[in-house]
Amino acid sequence: MDRITISGLTKSYGDKRVLDGIDLVVRPHEVVSLIGASGSGKSTLLRCINGLTDFEAGSVTLDGVDIFDESFGRTGLYKRIGIVFQAYNLFPHMSVLDNVTLAPIKAHKVRRAEAEARGQELLERFGLGGFARTYPEKLSGGQQQRVAIVRCLATRPDVLLLDEVTASLDPELIGEVLGIIRELRTEGMTMVIVTHEMSFARDISDRVLFLDQGRIVEEGPPGQIFGAPHEERTRRFLDRIIASGRLGG
Amino acid sequence: MTGRKSRPRGGKQREDRLVPVLVSVLSIVVVFGIIGWAVGSAEQWPRIRSQFFDPAAIMDAFPGVWRGFLTNMRIWVICLVATALLALVLAVGRTFEGPWFTPIRLFVTVYIDLLRGIPALLLVLLFGFGIPALQLPGVSTDGVVWGTVAIVLSYSAYVAEVYRSGIDSVHDGQRLAAKALGLTQWQALIHTVLPQALRNVFPALLNLTIALQKDVALLSVIGVRDAVREAQIYTARTFNYSSLIAAAILFMLATVPLSRLADHLSRKDRERRLQGGK
Ligand SMILES: Nc1ncnc2c1ncn2[C@@H]1O[C@H](COP(=O)(O)OP(=O)(O)O)[C@@H](O)[C@H]1O
Ligand SMILES: [Mg+2]
Repeated sequence: MDRITISGLTKSYGDKRVLDGIDLVVRPHEVVSLIGASGSGKSTLLRCINGLTDFEAGSVTLDGVDIFDESFGRTGLYKRIGIVFQAYNLFPHMSVLDNVTLAPIKAHKVRRAEAEARGQELLERFGLGGFARTYPEKLSGGQQQRVAIVRCLATRPDVLLLDEVTASLDPELIGEVLGIIRELRTEGMTMVIVTHEMSFARDISDRVLFLDQGRIVEEGPPGQIFGAPHEERTRRFLDRIIASGRLGG
Repeated sequence: MTGRKSRPRGGKQREDRLVPVLVSVLSIVVVFGIIGWAVGSAEQWPRIRSQFFDPAAIMDAFPGVWRGFLTNMRIWVICLVATALLALVLAVGRTFEGPWFTPIRLFVTVYIDLLRGIPALLLVLLFGFGIPALQLPGVSTDGVVWGTVAIVLSYSAYVAEVYRSGIDSVHDGQRLAAKALGLTQWQALIHTVLPQALRNVFPALLNLTIALQKDVALLSVIGVRDAVREAQIYTARTFNYSSLIAAAILFMLATVPLSRLADHLSRKDRERRLQGGK
């Protein structure tokens, strides 16, 4: 069965139509990348998938169940679909471990000892074990973003949404974050990734979608999108990206 | 920022730090010395001294003023707790979003406009004299109680605004992240927004705490025998104002440590976060 099914998703801010009839299916263990110019609606689409933003038409289902179904309760959906933001949004007044355990303890009623053991284990697995008692502002951007991913994983989501998670990082720090995402892929995590790292998108994705003005203009395997795009608009977008030097190797 | 992180170790660095300190101490001594000399050598100084700084009169007035001052402190603590809580309710009430909460937001806005618009002194008079005079059944006729209520109402409007600016200063991404992790609006507020908000406005809150400590003296106008009232009673009896100076010294002794405490706590907090709580 499909993990996520989006059909006819339409969303406006005021008079402005930001998403215009989006249809998209994501299968279990699949990695789908969303590319497109700034303002094309990528972030909004991610936020519709986990119900952070409401929309006026269409539907989103998770494992066949509408995301607004009462069976999810107030927080169940957020436990199943995690999201990581460009700006990390770590809680600065809490240690790294407290950041990671807050949601499991408060929102998902995991016992503290259990949550901390699992949090510590996750941090170690991603090379952050030594920072459990450190506060976020002491970490580099790359470390902070890795903590943000771990914080998200701590709720054991089935789907991970990543919204330009490397966009505010210095170039030399991008690799460590992408490394985690690669690792999650080998573990079979279902992911929807918004990124401007085109070579990364080409390597990691099963499918790539090009979004323009709230519509999916083109969709296909990375070889097609990056090698031989069918659509003129896709080609122009990628030419601009290449001109800016972001589609190396 | 960097200067605070790296503690000076070498003798040269210590010297660098010592020089500015010496210069400031010296300039303070010179400035206050000149002021003191100017006042002390004035023709009227002996009269000023016996009217305001008579040690015998200060000692004489002290027991009464001290008793009054303890009353100030008691009322201050009560006001502090009540104001902190009431203001928090007001500020949080104002943050609730959605049409259901419009009446609450409107109420809080009107409340704050109203109470900040009226002088605290006027409120104290109105409540402290006015309400007991109504002789309402089942309602306290104790002026102290109503005067205290007046101060709490007045201060909570200010404190609520400080809380609110603190809440506004917390980035939207914090709420969004909390929500995305599955926290309810309420949990997000308690665990992520408020702790940061309070930390951000801590100095402002301490400022109001200090102001409140002194404004409790407003209750003297409705006859509460606080330090100021006691000092006035002494003055009325002896025509000597040294008792007011005694009260002033007590207020100062209470507020200066509070200011230092504020500095100290802010610094400690900064260091703790920069060191990563090892
Ligand atoms: N909260 C909001 N209120 C109003 N307009 C918004 C809001 N969020 C996004 N938009 C608008 O929606 C459009 C798509 O935004 P977004 O999904 O963030 O695009 P992308 O992530 O592709 O850059 C943009 O034109 C943006 O200005
Ligand atoms: Mg975006």
